[in-house]
Amino acid sequence: MNESTPVTAEETRSSSYAGGPTGASGSPPTERTLSRAERGFMRSSMVQLTLVRFREFVREPEAVFWTFVFPILLAAGLGIAFRQRGPDKLQVGVVNSAATSAAIVQSLKRDSTLIVQTFDDSSGARALRTGKITLLVAPTAAKDSVRYVYDPARGEAGNARVIVDRAIQMGAGRADPVRVADSYVTEPGSRYIDFLIPGLLGMNLMGSSIWGLGFAIVTARSKKLLKRLMATPMSRVQYLFSFLCSRLVFLILEIFTLLGFGHWAFGVPLRGSLTTLLLICFLGAISFGGLGLLSGSRARTTEAVSGIMNFIMLPMWIFSGVFFSSANFPAVVQPFIRVLPLTAVNDALRANMLEGASFAAVSSQMLIIVIWGIVTFFAALKLFRWR
Amino acid sequence: MVTALDSSPLALDVRGLRKAYDDVVAVDGLDLQVRAGECFGLLGPNGAGKTTTIEICEGLLTPDAGNVEVLGLRWESDENELRELLGIQLQDTQLTEKLTVDETLTLFQSFYREALDVGDVIEKVELGEKRSSRVGTLSGGQKQRLAVACALVGNPRLLFLDEPTTGLDPQSRRQMWDLISRFQAEGKTIVLTTHYMEEAERLCDRVAIVDHGHVMALGTPQELMESIDASSLPPPEPRKTSVTLEDVFVSLTGRHLRDE
Repeated sequence: MNESTPVTAEETRSSSYAGGPTGASGSPPTERTLSRAERGFMRSSMVQLTLVRFREFVREPEAVFWTFVFPILLAAGLGIAFRQRGPDKLQVGVVNSAATSAAIVQSLKRDSTLIVQTFDDSSGARALRTGKITLLVAPTAAKDSVRYVYDPARGEAGNARVIVDRAIQMGAGRADPVRVADSYVTEPGSRYIDFLIPGLLGMNLMGSSIWGLGFAIVTARSKKLLKRLMATPMSRVQYLFSFLCSRLVFLILEIFTLLGFGHWAFGVPLRGSLTTLLLICFLGAISFGGLGLLSGSRARTTEAVSGIMNFIMLPMWIFSGVFFSSANFPAVVQPFIRVLPLTAVNDALRANMLEGASFAAVSSQMLIIVIWGIVTFFAALKLFRWR
Repeated sequence: MVTALDSSPLALDVRGLRKAYDDVVAVDGLDLQVRAGECFGLLGPNGAGKTTTIEICEGLLTPDAGNVEVLGLRWESDENELRELLGIQLQDTQLTEKLTVDETLTLFQSFYREALDVGDVIEKVELGEKRSSRVGTLSGGQKQRLAVACALVGNPRLLFLDEPTTGLDPQSRRQMWDLISRFQAEGKTIVLTTHYMEEAERLCDRVAIVDHGHVMALGTPQELMESIDASSLPPPEPRKTSVTLEDVFVSLTGRHLRDE
């Protein structure tokens, strides 16, 4: 029973099968087939693979939120929280008394940093107690004299004491022996939001490249879809390339939403050439794509790859100067921080946007980025588990 | 039993196949010859080595030892050509849920040099009404038919089906049988694995019963049934008719599919 049917048709077999699909023996072609040319460009595998990436992305509302909406919400929140206000106005009170109050209120109102209210005795004391005002100007029995009532432990009270006193003395005719002029530094480019937006852009480039490749590939592997695709004549290079193609299209959208928002809502400057900026983003995204490919090259489950990706990204969120300058870390770790790819991208973006640096001026950062991209890409191909 | 198939060339020729994993020998000296135009069934309990064997034939696993020729070609030298000629359905592939039936098949079509029209394949597997539906919304039977459609769209000469009807209700299973029969009627070759003896009996020209990594018995279903010494078997349960409970089920609930 273990015997198999003897082979009798050795030569028939080789002659009938060697010729490819047209060499079928005996079976008439029953089906209309379409060649690649007949199917056209839009149905070519490169286009179809890229379209699948698009569809997977836009049909996943969470992905759209984290890629486009979240960075803007983060920028808006942080931009508003850390916005530069003018010097704080100080609330002060004056006790109403026929003798002094009118002249004093006049003098105080001339100072633009003070907001002046008048009170009767008891309500003035209550306003001071409850923190509505920082200082109360009260009359004294003597002529041409006032009393400042305040809590010296409150930080701004001492400041109010100086400003109120100066206003009152000047109102009474004191002249300053030295003339002074103030010049303020509130130029766009030196504010926190200006520091933040390039950092957020760099973080977003890293996040969407690493998630976009690593997570999608491991999902396909864990669902045995990768194995199924390997059972077709699909080109592996095209498969990986389709991720990059779709990343680059979304990249343009990401750049324009985040920078557009920063520019129009907060006036974040774009001092460098836009071409250089796009080139930095492009190289950064490709390089992080290599890192994403590497993080997804072996893992069989999405849980495993999430851990790997967080392990890669978390240190860079902290060290690479996204939310605060990496200069805060000790000098001894600075060389390590500088060779991280996100540090290089963030430094290059800030140099371009805030200082108008040319591509040549950020070439050392670009070199770091390109090296990361090449090393991770080849390491990923070496390690990649296709089935 | 001599049939016209005996003179056909070999579509699949497997000799001395061996494959061991870390802790277990999955395939241990397996031989198998499948003729062109044949529907061949690999039967066996779970863990018998069916899936390992079929995945080696599909070029998805590399054997430790043995010779595999598929359509006269070898995986080591002719992989690109072979990929164009085979249609493959794997046991546990989950197709992308966010894509529609049409988009999924258009993707698979794009990989092949010569391919069938997507609309024709959708009609063939009776998913016409679901053409624009997302894969995630399909029933188990529909998903399985889509998996077979993905295997058919490249106009294969040889079709590998790994447990194509496992988990399907009787109606969906019958529809899958019709689909397989039609493919065979076109003169194509099919190699399938199954747990269902009834399925093998209905569809397969020949079957191999596999266990412990090698072929225990091989022949037409009729030959295998005749080979057993009836007296050595426990007495059959008394049965009044040849009708099965499944026949009753299908006659009461109809042959039409419930998941459409």
